[in-house]
Order: sequence, then C-alpha cells, then structure tokens
Amino acid sequence: MKRTIPMIITFIVGMLVIISEFVPHKPFGPIAGTLENWFLIIAGFTIILGVLSLIRMNSIKIKSRAENWQYFLAGLISFGVMVLVGVFWGMQESSGILGHGEKISAWLGTPPTKPFDYLFNNLFIHLSATMFSLLAFYIASAAYRAFIIRSFESNLLMITAVIIMLGRTSLGTIMTGWLPPSLQFLHLPRIADYIMMYPNSAAQRAIMISAALGVIGSSLRIILGIERSYLGGGK
Amino acid sequence: MSSVNTSVRWERMILYVILFLGVMLPLIFHIGWKTDVSPHVQMVHDLVENTPAGSTVLISFDYEPSTMPELKPMALSLVDHAWQRGHKVIAVALWPMGVQMANDVFQELTALPVTDIAADQSSGETKTSVASDSTKVALSGVENAPDSTIARHTDKKYGIDYVNLGFKPGGMVTIKAMGRSIHETFPADAFGTPVGSLPIMDDIVRLRDLGYVMSLSAGDPGLKQWIMVAHDNFKVLVSGGTTAVSAPGFLPYINNRDQLRGVMGGLKGAAEYEKLRGVFGPASIKMDSQSIAHVIILIFIAIGNIKAYRRRKAQRRKSEKA
Repeated sequence: MKRTIPMIITFIVGMLVIISEFVPHKPFGPIAGTLENWFLIIAGFTIILGVLSLIRMNSIKIKSRAENWQYFLAGLISFGVMVLVGVFWGMQESSGILGHGEKISAWLGTPPTKPFDYLFNNLFIHLSATMFSLLAFYIASAAYRAFIIRSFESNLLMITAVIIMLGRTSLGTIMTGWLPPSLQFLHLPRIADYIMMYPNSAAQRAIMISAALGVIGSSLRIILGIERSYLGGGK
Repeated sequence: MSSVNTSVRWERMILYVILFLGVMLPLIFHIGWKTDVSPHVQMVHDLVENTPAGSTVLISFDYEPSTMPELKPMALSLVDHAWQRGHKVIAVALWPMGVQMANDVFQELTALPVTDIAADQSSGETKTSVASDSTKVALSGVENAPDSTIARHTDKKYGIDYVNLGFKPGGMVTIKAMGRSIHETFPADAFGTPVGSLPIMDDIVRLRDLGYVMSLSAGDPGLKQWIMVAHDNFKVLVSGGTTAVSAPGFLPYINNRDQLRGVMGGLKGAAEYEKLRGVFGPASIKMDSQSIAHVIILIFIAIGNIKAYRRRKAQRRKSEKA
C-alpha cells in the first residue's frame, strides 16, 4: 500500500500533465494549472526540509567529532547568525521582528547598513567569489599538465583550445586586428566564433538530443511504475 | 620520487604566483585593450534597442554571489540600457539569492554618485542612504575609467519604473505558472507589497505581455528553462547572459526558430555589450585581467609541451643506449 498509492498518484498526475501539453483545454488545462500551483507550494517546503537536513547532518558530525568537525561547527554557527540577524532586524527594506535596527545599522557604517546586509555584502559575497575564483588556479594548473601533444586528437584539442582562448580575449583582437579585409576570415575572434557556432553547436546538439531522449525514457519509466527508486527502500 | 614531487610543487607555486600577479596588476594599472563584438552579443543589444519605449520587460536574476563578477556587469548594462530605452523592468529570481542580486543592481543604478553622497553628508543632509559599500567599490572603479561610465538613473521610481518580485522555487514550473498569470505566481513583491498595488504591474498579466525576457543565468534553473517555457510555450522573446563556461551550451538555441535571441558569455560578453553601448564599465575594466590570465595559461601550456618533448627525447635516447 505504501508503494502502490504513490505509484498510482504518479501515474495519474504524469498522464494528466502530458495530456495537458497536447490538449490545453478543459478539463486538462485547468487541472494542470492547479497541479503546477501545488508543485510551487510543495517546492517552498523543500527549503524548510533543506534547512532541517543541514542542521541535522552538521549536528551529527559535530556530536560524533567527525574529521574536521570544527568546520561543520563554523558552518552551523554562520547559518545561525545569518538567520538570527535576518529575523531580528530584517534585510534591505524589509523589517525584522525587532524593527529596522536603526542604532545597530548606524553603528555598522555609513550609510547605515543592516546587520544582515553588512554580513552579506562584506563577508558572504567575497567568500563566495573567492571560492569560485580558485577555479582559475586549478584550471591553469590542469591546463599546464593536461594540454600535452601526444596524438593527433590531443594536437587538435590543443590547437582548438589555443584559438578559443586567444579569440575570447582582447589579445586575439590585437594580434590579428591588423589583417586586411580579404584575410578577415583569419581574424582570431572570428575563427573562435566559427568554432563555437558550428563544430561546438553540432556536438552540443547531439548531446542535448541524447540527454532529452534519456529524460523522456526515465520519465516514462517513473510514470509507468517501472522505475521505483524514488520511493526509497531498495528496487 | 620526492624530488619530482618537490619540482611539481614548485612549478605549481610559480604558476599560481604569476597568475595572481597577472590578474591583479591589470586591475590596478589599467591597460585598456579593446575587444571585438560577436554577433550573439549584437543580437542581445539589438533586442533591447528595438523594443519599443514604454514596454515592460523581465530580467531574471538566476545567479548568486559566486558568479557576480561575470554576471553583475551584464545586469548593470542590461538594466541601464532598458531604462535608457524607456522600458520598465520587472526583476524575478529563480535562485534564492537572486533577490539580493537584483536589489544590488537597482540600488547601484538608482543611487547618487559616491561624490554626491559625500557632499550631502558634509552639508548635513541625509538625502541618500541606499548606496552599499559594494556600490562604492564598483563605482570607484568606474569613475577612474577613461570613457563614459554606466549612467545613474536617480529619477527611476520603485513600483513605477522597476520592481523586484523576489524568489520563487520551482524553476520551470514557476515560469509556466507565470505564463498563465504573473499576479497569481507572485502575489507580492520581494518586500511584501501586494503586486496589484504596483503601477508597473497594471498592464502586465502574463508573460506574453512582456517585451522580452532576459535571464542572467549561472546554471539550472536559468536561461535554459526560460527558453523551453517562455519562448517555446508562450512565444516570448528570450535572451540573456551566462557564465563563460556554460555559454557554448546555449549556442544551439540560437537558430532559425529564434529560440534564443543572442547570448552574452561571461565577462567577454559583458565587455562586448558595454562596448556596443559606448560605456566603459566594470566588465571592460576586468577584461584586461582575463586576457592576461589567458595568455599566462597559454605560455604555461607551451612550457609544459616543451618539457614533455624534452622528457620524451631523453627517454628515447636512454632506450636507444640500452
């Protein structure tokens, strides 16, 4: 029963949504609209679920003194601080349960900045950008070790990468910008655009079509009850 | 073995230091290299340019602080351009932090210049309290630029010229619901004001009433979902910008079905857009750093290949001797 009822609901809802795509009239159109609203409400609750899961997982690791438990503690404290300052004094134009916190905002700087916005602008934004920026160093290091000519294919890959990298920078424009109009097809940004538009797009389309067919296949398996892993508990 | 590891560690350290300097120095000492405009960015620009004045348009802020350096310059240019063309801007977010990203952009564009704020404060007036510290940093960068800068629209009024409807989870389903009714999907704006009381929303019922939709997208949900639902289901013109790494994946959508009306890819795309507008904004400033970083990577790829060639040669000699 625990598995049959969800499977029946999945089948009915799945079929209704598919039919509504082809027959957007009564009764299918309005039913699909209602289902979408239900989805939006349920999706809102996933945030609460996410928060609860974050607290639970971090607490377990801190309690059991798992490896690097201090980082989990730092994460949990940071989360708690952001939630509390947001609830107490709100953010930007929204007020919190203690109002706008004019005094604390004035103390934090000029122009007055709410505690949540202060932490968001001065800590979170920079930490996030820093984490993402580290990629540049890893990519540089990986490119240095990986782009080695070993075969025809690796040669082709490296030449393409060099053209794209130069074509996507201002340097590419400077290097071949002087070419006469008759040789403009050799202009690096133009070659880079050509590679992106044709060989790249062709390959991307193939990947997209394959992925779309895969999604259709797995969706049908779920709707027809063949794929049941989403119900949990084994097969 | 340990000497090999030490050598690799040193190589990596040298590469990191050079790359760090290559990124940092052009930000401090501006070079001013020019960039070419690609046809895809031209398409985005033309879409905004050719949309009639008075149209209401939608910009979806589908990114978070980690991708701000790439996507915020696009957001600034797009909102600035739209306002300059007389469009009204509705902001929504499919990512939770997109709400703050939109507010940040609106604040920056509607705030008085930092110099004016300082003048106001020294004269004892408190006319402006909206510019955040991040605004100051961004503006100070722009103020040092040689050409014209992104304009400030201090006359734009919230609820009349622009609105931030906030975040809604659900991705594709949210867009689909907006296709039926934006008012039902977003009953209140990001600050809790009922959407029905905002003049900008008077003539806007569903997605079809919009001039175009732009998505500034750092992943899923984002531009792809806007194409699949807003364009394919509701025939709304869709365009936008993405991070450089995901831009190639959107090129197949630029086709004769007009699924995607151009795309800006990464900082380069943002710099191209600024060039088209004759503006020297944050993307143009950062573009020098990116160019130098690419050149450094290329030089190190060449060094890596020379090293590999010499190693192979030495091994061949060794085997011949043996």
